[in-house]
Amino acid sequence: MTRTMLTGNAAAAWGARLAEACYVPAFPITPQTEIIETLAGWFADGSMRGRFVTLDSEHSMMTAAGAAAAAGVRTFAATSSQGLLYAMEVLYTVAGWRVPFVLVNVSRGLSAPITLGPDHNDVLAARDSGFIQLHAETCQEVLDSILMAYRIAEDDRVSVPVLVNLDGFFLSFTREPVELPDPEEVRRFLAAPESRPPGFSASRPAARGVAVLEGPTYSYFRYQLHLAVEQARVVHEEAAEEFERRFGRRHGMIDGYQLDDAETVLIMAGSFATKGRAAVDRWRAEGRRVGLLRLRMIRPWPTAELAAALSGRKAVAVLDQDLAPGLGGILFQEVAAVLARCPVRPSILRSFVGGLGGKEISRAEFDHVLQVTEQAGPNEGPVGPVLLMTAREAEQVGQRLRIAGHVPEEALP
Amino acid sequence: MKVTREHYRSVKDLPSAEFVAPGSPLCAGCGGLTTLRLFHKVLGGKVVVVNAAGCMTLMATYPFTPLRSSWLYTTMASPSAGAQGLRDALDILIESGRLPADENLEVLVLAGDGSTIDMGLSSTSGAIHRGLNFWYLCYDNEAYGNTGFQASPASPLGSLTATSPLGTPWSKKDIFEIWRSHRPPYVATISPHDAVDLAEKIERARPLCGPKLFVSLATCPPGWGFEPAMGDELAKLAIETGIWPLKEATDGSIRHTFIPEHRRPVEAYLEPQRRYRHLFHPDRRDDVIAAIQAAVDRYWDAAIASERC
Ligand SMILES: Cc1ncc(C[n+]2csc(CCOP(=O)(O)OP(=O)(O)O)c2C)c(N)n1
Ligand code: SF4
Repeated sequence: MTRTMLTGNAAAAWGARLAEACYVPAFPITPQTEIIETLAGWFADGSMRGRFVTLDSEHSMMTAAGAAAAAGVRTFAATSSQGLLYAMEVLYTVAGWRVPFVLVNVSRGLSAPITLGPDHNDVLAARDSGFIQLHAETCQEVLDSILMAYRIAEDDRVSVPVLVNLDGFFLSFTREPVELPDPEEVRRFLAAPESRPPGFSASRPAARGVAVLEGPTYSYFRYQLHLAVEQARVVHEEAAEEFERRFGRRHGMIDGYQLDDAETVLIMAGSFATKGRAAVDRWRAEGRRVGLLRLRMIRPWPTAELAAALSGRKAVAVLDQDLAPGLGGILFQEVAAVLARCPVRPSILRSFVGGLGGKEISRAEFDHVLQVTEQAGPNEGPVGPVLLMTAREAEQVGQRLRIAGHVPEEALP
Repeated sequence: MKVTREHYRSVKDLPSAEFVAPGSPLCAGCGGLTTLRLFHKVLGGKVVVVNAAGCMTLMATYPFTPLRSSWLYTTMASPSAGAQGLRDALDILIESGRLPADENLEVLVLAGDGSTIDMGLSSTSGAIHRGLNFWYLCYDNEAYGNTGFQASPASPLGSLTATSPLGTPWSKKDIFEIWRSHRPPYVATISPHDAVDLAEKIERARPLCGPKLFVSLATCPPGWGFEPAMGDELAKLAIETGIWPLKEATDGSIRHTFIPEHRRPVEAYLEPQRRYRHLFHPDRRDDVIAAIQAAVDRYWDAAIASERC
């Protein structure tokens, strides 16, 4: 074990290296490029064995990754944003092939307008593809999640690809101390990469992705995929336990902070949850009983864990870094669906949308979240999401609109 | 004129093994299927077919497959990328000793003209550029067949399709030249009518490492509008009229494997097909027929001139 300073991207590359991935099809996109550049260097200098291949698009990259995984080779791929969307057709395809590999997404807001800053609309667009989804908060967790992801993906009970998400810029380019596990220990945690049998060979012909023309058989296979993703709950728990035993860190499906006696729970995902923790610390210092719940696993959706963690609380606020136009926060909807099944349901549930395109979420905005939630009436009807933005930021937007010749009636709430 | 044959003198010399069993949901008389059957025979059974969305996708419908080889259905746009992943993975498996060399497979992309020329061109162009060692078989039925015969850029001038009810205004995108411009070691056109030419070409390509591309004129009874029994005759007419030149390019230099010395008029090929009926009934469209003939003549004048020098 060594401890070193790594960006989130470098930690992702180390995850692939320690897992001994032997195939990396690549296509560049900011802010993911550092991952594939790092891997390219390692394949070139012999620290990684196998093949690194530059493809012509993410659509091709994802197909090549799935095909190599189908042939029985441990495969790693990484993308972001538009790239993930460009590959979307293939995400569904390779999940349907039931092949295990790991895909890292460095999340970034989607066009248009084009931007580089992160939010979660890209990765959440893939939530129904069949990929399992793990969301990292720290650089260490990026690395750890990739190791756990291979373990889960390659388990015979699962055998579906896993997507590990990290936030662009905030994690991709932030250097943090990261413990690099001992390669021998990783070898014991993961099956040897050569232990999977080849998927295609001359003497054992196989067919994958075969057409299914009747609904019942199609339904069967789709439901099998659902059951396999469901199985990932169990396998994740086993993996988390063994991971903790070997490496001393535990990663759950959800991650609670100051939850024990919390009356109000703030729900977040990804690296901005670190800002949420800081807010909780401040509020706690003021004597307010607030806790944070971070969603680490988004598929399968941690239904039971959420229900258990939220049952009996007074208020729940979901801070989405995504926006489904015409609906609101995506995770809010999914949390609300869980609460409908809670025996002792929190009477206040509020939705916030913030941090879109990498917009900071300031202390004042966190305070606003708490204020709105605490002032909300119990069991009030549906309330739309509150868009988080400071007065200064709103003025800045207004100024840009005016420069562009657009006189806004009402730019922002 | 025919080139000398090195491996097969007549169809009787072709291997007797079959890797495509009878019985599939494809149309009776499908020229694409005949091509695949012949191609597979000669290539052998150690093959993984990487398929793009199209008519052939329905060949393997769960739980049945007429293929004795392996199969991977990818998407319409990325069969060549699937071939890349498979080839790389097979090489890794062999290099690391996980797969014995005699368990190796040839990777064969199977795609229609629409996928090949439109959506899939990016992934194929990339694969050729990377020098991927794979086979590519495009069955060119000159339209998007599986979705009901809509116009593709391979639909020839004047032909009726579901989306060109007045006849396509363009001439075919020249996929042979697009491929050739990438300088793969081998590109060829083939026809289900000439099994020996097809087999010879596979043998000539076999020792070459890199992308090996074949495009076959796939006679299509429902799309073109003719009786299935007439398929071979039409494929033959396409060659005899000069509409479908049989050729190959090895390391970029072209040679024709059959030069029709006395080309029959294109009408002989056009008239029996429903997709060209509007050129003959109720009134003859001499302008369009002449334009089709002129394009064929221009092609062969240039081809013969360059092949003589
Ligand atoms: C992304 C995408 N768009 C559209 C389709 C629908 N589709 C299925 S087969 C097909 C036609 C393919 O035409 P071609 O490649 O010429 O092969 P053919 O059907 O003639 O065998 C189309 C458009 C698809 N499967 N995927
Ligand atoms: S539509 Fe044409 S190409 Fe498709 S299966 Fe039928 S005959 Fe073959």
